[in-house]
Amino acid sequence: MKHIIQISDLHKEFHMGDITVHALRGVSMNISEGDFVSIMGTSGSGKSTMLNILGCLDKPTSGSYILNGLNMNERTNNELAELRNQQLGFVFQSYNLLPRTTAIENVELPLYYNSQVSAKERRERALYSLEMVGLADRIHHTPNQLSGGQQQRVAIARSLVNNPVVILADEATGNLDTRTSYEIMALFQKLNDDGKTIVFVTHEQDIAQFTKRSIVFRDGRIEKDIPVEKRDNAAKKLAEMPKEDNY
Amino acid sequence: MNIVNLIGIALQALYRNKIRSFLTMLGIIIGVASVIAMLAIGEGSKKSIQEQVSGMGTNMITVIPGAQRRHGVSMGREGAQSLTFNDMYEIEKNSNSIMYLSPEVRGNGQVIFGTENEPSTIYGVNLDYLEIKKFTISSGRMFSEREILTSAKVCVIGKTVYDNIFGETNVDPIGKTIRFNNIPMTVIGVLNPKGLSTFGHDQDDILIAPYTTVQKRILAITHLHAIVVSAISEKHSAQVVEDIENTLRMTHRISKNDEDDFRIRSQEELIKSFTSISDVLTVLLAVIASISLLVGGIGIMNIMYVSVTERTREIGLRMAIGGKGRDILLQFLIEALLLSMIGGLLGIALGIGSTKLVHIFMQWPVYIQTEAVLLSFIICTAIGIFFGWYPAQKAAKLDPIDALRYE
Repeated sequence: MKHIIQISDLHKEFHMGDITVHALRGVSMNISEGDFVSIMGTSGSGKSTMLNILGCLDKPTSGSYILNGLNMNERTNNELAELRNQQLGFVFQSYNLLPRTTAIENVELPLYYNSQVSAKERRERALYSLEMVGLADRIHHTPNQLSGGQQQRVAIARSLVNNPVVILADEATGNLDTRTSYEIMALFQKLNDDGKTIVFVTHEQDIAQFTKRSIVFRDGRIEKDIPVEKRDNAAKKLAEMPKEDNY
Repeated sequence: MNIVNLIGIALQALYRNKIRSFLTMLGIIIGVASVIAMLAIGEGSKKSIQEQVSGMGTNMITVIPGAQRRHGVSMGREGAQSLTFNDMYEIEKNSNSIMYLSPEVRGNGQVIFGTENEPSTIYGVNLDYLEIKKFTISSGRMFSEREILTSAKVCVIGKTVYDNIFGETNVDPIGKTIRFNNIPMTVIGVLNPKGLSTFGHDQDDILIAPYTTVQKRILAITHLHAIVVSAISEKHSAQVVEDIENTLRMTHRISKNDEDDFRIRSQEELIKSFTSISDVLTVLLAVIASISLLVGGIGIMNIMYVSVTERTREIGLRMAIGGKGRDILLQFLIEALLLSMIGGLLGIALGIGSTKLVHIFMQWPVYIQTEAVLLSFIICTAIGIFFGWYPAQKAAKLDPIDALRYE
């Protein structure tokens, strides 16, 4: 199967005054098309740094990173911005939606930075993305008119709108209650079933259980990289959960 | 990212903060409006002075006797008798840039008709005088060359004199005999009124008679009080002034080192001296107004700074989804520019509107210069770029990772 992400011997160092912090100390991994990977680890384990590099927001000190056949080393900031715009989708813990801006406008946002997309196409693709996350009836709602789960769905729609090769989610369920988390995971599983490659950073074991492969970071190295056994189906679990008892 | 998209994004951002955007613009609106209104009022008063001065006569040049010195003693100007009809004749002969010229002798006295009497001034002039001073006859006629030659006892009276002497009885003055200092004179015409001059002088309190009549019969003098000349055009007036000076220095036999015993006043000079005050005022007003424009610009900078800080996460997000540093810079710069340009346009509207209101309600003379409007718009656009640049630069230099995490 085609490797979307190929990383070998990746190092990242931060200099804080005299102290050098080794955030990543030689990480190698491949992620293939259609995979659903969770990255876990305690704080300081290097998982956030890994995600920043995967997301082309940061550059490694050494080592190579090939995304969708494109070498990420030695790229200018502008080139990285373009790659983020065309190859990647981001989902954040705190949604990062623009306030006082409707759902559809939020979803359209990445396409504004792609001059090849016309206004008409922009709107069509944003509508399609919102349909995929089940919010076709909420397109003109602003974030403060939406629940947390709905806001995260808008953010997911935004990450899908540019048709990325991989979606990077950073604690995407961190701000949500269990039931809503499962709903979001069900959505991710559905997207993954449709062929989307997803990298999901989390610190919750039960969330990682919904993914296909679990990578655990520790002190800047990969400690474990194993397929998830007894993978949970979020939709099924959701159905088993007791009905909402309006507290 | 193309510029149309950026303008769209910037407009959205401004629209999302309607009240704040408007309040920020208000600084620019008031600044631009006051610059335009101040310049319009300043320019208007200048224009009105110019109009009134040129209303006193077209391209008029006046020659009056200057200070005379005899054996080093200044004789003053009042009694000077140095200007003669011969001077006028020589001036006419030596300059070909003169359109009209007329001698002028003045006499004050009492105008009497029946039981009415009123003080006034009689002007002894020739036929050109009406053209030079822009007088027109409303009824009757002007005196003729023949009446000048014969020193005929005829006169044309101004509106004020008519009102004073004939006003109550309402009789037709033409053909009536009035007395000026006990000299009987026949009224042959009435002048159209010219109103007050800029300096409060009643231009209609006047009697016009042949200069020969005034010289011989009323004043018993042979010299002239003034020679009034009208140049062919405004451009020629400097030439005429020079011609007159050369001629008079010659006829008065003034040696190289001595000063003139006459003075030449051109209208240009007059306009200059009267508009210099309003020029200073205009500059002063414009400076004050520009300061408020500058304060408006600082307001934009302030708000853009707040905006960049407040929207740090938005900037981080925009960068994460593909916004380049340049896109972010342009977005904030365009926001600042839109604020200042929309503010500028509204300011122009308000400035023109308030200028019109001042004109309507206070009757002040105003004149809106297109250049001033364009200039203030260009300045406020420049202010937008200048004050928007630094905050925009700050936004563009943010690190996306830090910006996304910013609380």
